[in-house]
Amino acid sequence: MRAARHSRLIVIAATVVVIGLLPSTMDGYHQGLAARVAIYFIAILGLNILTGYTGQISIGHGAFMAIGGYTTAILSHDHHMNLLLTLPIALAISFVVGLLVGLPALRLSGVYLALATFAFAVSVPQLALKFSKFTGGSNGTQTDTSFSHLKLYVVSWICAGISLVLAWLLLRGRIGRAFRATRDSPVAAASSGVSLPIYKTLAFGVSAAYAGVAGSLYVIATNGFAQPQEFGVILSLQLLIGAAVAGLGSLWGVLAGAAFVGLLPTISASVPLIGSAHGQDVVFGLMVILIMLLLPNGVVGLLAAVGRRRQARS
Amino acid sequence: MSALARKSTVGAGVSLPIVGALVAIAIFLVVGSLSSSIFAQQTVAGLAQGAVFGSLALALVLIYRATEVVNFAQGEMGMAMTYVGYQLTLWGLSYWLAFTLTLAIAFVFGVVVQLTVIRPVQHRSVIAVVIVTVGLFILIDGVVSWIWGADLKFMAAPFGNQVYHVGSVAFARQDLGVLLVSILSVILLWVLFQFTKLGLAMRAAALRPAAASLVGIRVNWMLAIGWGLASVLGAVAGLMTEPTQFLQPTMMQAILIYAFAAAVLGGLESPAGAVLGGVLLGVFLNLVGQYVHFITSELRLPVAFAVLLVVLVVKPGGLLGRRQVRRV
Repeated sequence: MRAARHSRLIVIAATVVVIGLLPSTMDGYHQGLAARVAIYFIAILGLNILTGYTGQISIGHGAFMAIGGYTTAILSHDHHMNLLLTLPIALAISFVVGLLVGLPALRLSGVYLALATFAFAVSVPQLALKFSKFTGGSNGTQTDTSFSHLKLYVVSWICAGISLVLAWLLLRGRIGRAFRATRDSPVAAASSGVSLPIYKTLAFGVSAAYAGVAGSLYVIATNGFAQPQEFGVILSLQLLIGAAVAGLGSLWGVLAGAAFVGLLPTISASVPLIGSAHGQDVVFGLMVILIMLLLPNGVVGLLAAVGRRRQARS
Repeated sequence: MSALARKSTVGAGVSLPIVGALVAIAIFLVVGSLSSSIFAQQTVAGLAQGAVFGSLALALVLIYRATEVVNFAQGEMGMAMTYVGYQLTLWGLSYWLAFTLTLAIAFVFGVVVQLTVIRPVQHRSVIAVVIVTVGLFILIDGVVSWIWGADLKFMAAPFGNQVYHVGSVAFARQDLGVLLVSILSVILLWVLFQFTKLGLAMRAAALRPAAASLVGIRVNWMLAIGWGLASVLGAVAGLMTEPTQFLQPTMMQAILIYAFAAAVLGGLESPAGAVLGGVLLGVFLNLVGQYVHFITSELRLPVAFAVLLVVLVVKPGGLLGRRQVRRV
């Protein structure tokens, strides 16, 4: 038990050191790419809290990212606010929107919730087009300042680190237990005094807040542009896929999920023959299906299975 | 036996208020069409669009009834098949020959998809199947854009561009053609399910898989055939969308949302409800777009979303679906 704990601490320390030293070995382009992984990490972490821990599926997290992203872009463009200061505001706004979306979601589960959140994901970019005075329509809104690649990398990974610690603190205690109870047995949870409506809505809010912060950083990472097409359905689908690759209900797999979603398209683009924009989609879709067929519990499930086999042998 | 009987009576019961509301809607549409020619035109155009939504919604419902899976790739599968039809016409086939051949290819495609990627995950969680269909969505999108490119393509117009004048009302022949083809394919499917042995076996496999396999029905094959038929309906929806939207890889994405809304409106378990929901939604969106000036084309999808949400919260069973009763 203690040995396991020590080795886990060593792994964490090593990860932190690697992430801290990595930018010095990379050029600006790769720093931007690595920052993108951190951004996906935050969003997928949020989705994992919702789907993995309370069992509520969402195909609408791209929409929460859009809300966070537009908050940052509009505050910076119209009110010349410091980009870093827009992050907590984006967090607060998406938290509130998440609570509001969570209310109707109380009555839905499984397939119905998937459909409703999917439709939500499709609707939000359309609303950005409709209210173009506010959002800039299809041209979008651009922040009036921007980050260097290195600053983006540092800010994104610090946010990712804070997000992970907060998620861990949230999930290890009372709230985390309540979340898992609502997932595993709503009836038992309710009869032990866990209020299902409060915890389910809370999970939606927290999860949306994560996505909102990720959306802010996402906009900063795309040269400060918030555009409707950046937050299309595909983004929501990618987040869900990232969470599935990570293994739902596990915090540690999220890094693998984020790397999968953030890096695979770029890596496959550099391979000859398939290296076109559409080739990336083919590879991505194919990998998703293969992973679901071959690794039912995500990467973490695979590692756990390997671990069990090694233990059994020794 | 008694359990079966009880279930079927619950399923067949359509409540009186809903019948009343439907009759009222029908009267409203007829009276409106008689008094205003624009209203009549919009209603017919809405019926044609709604029939397309309805066929895709029916495809979703077919699969949902059998396996409780929602196929997020349904629209993209239809889109891919539309490109196949386009390719066939490029090779010199006449439109309707290409149409028929495309439907045959679509059937095989649906069966193959079920056998290769859906069956292995079928018995896992809802999330696992949803993610596989999402992967399929992206994969098909990529493959189609890879082969045919992402720019607009045009097929020969199947119905021509004539317009019929009845009094002061102009009906596009294309709208009537789309309506006719969609309704015809739905009727053919209904006949297949209601009056053939294969249809009976498929219904049995969907309703009571264990009992069906005990009487010698190959449940797994029935599910695969169900996917094939759903794929055919998706192809019909795609080919009937093409005359108004033209060919591009994203052509079915909005239609899929409308089909979701239509299927939920009708009750996710009810085939008749899916078609009804599609038609109602098509007419509703057209009339609202015509008469409510705030609802511009950007707001069509959010309105469909609002319909979906209201139905889910107020009456989750939909218009014709049975109420979901769960034991805890």
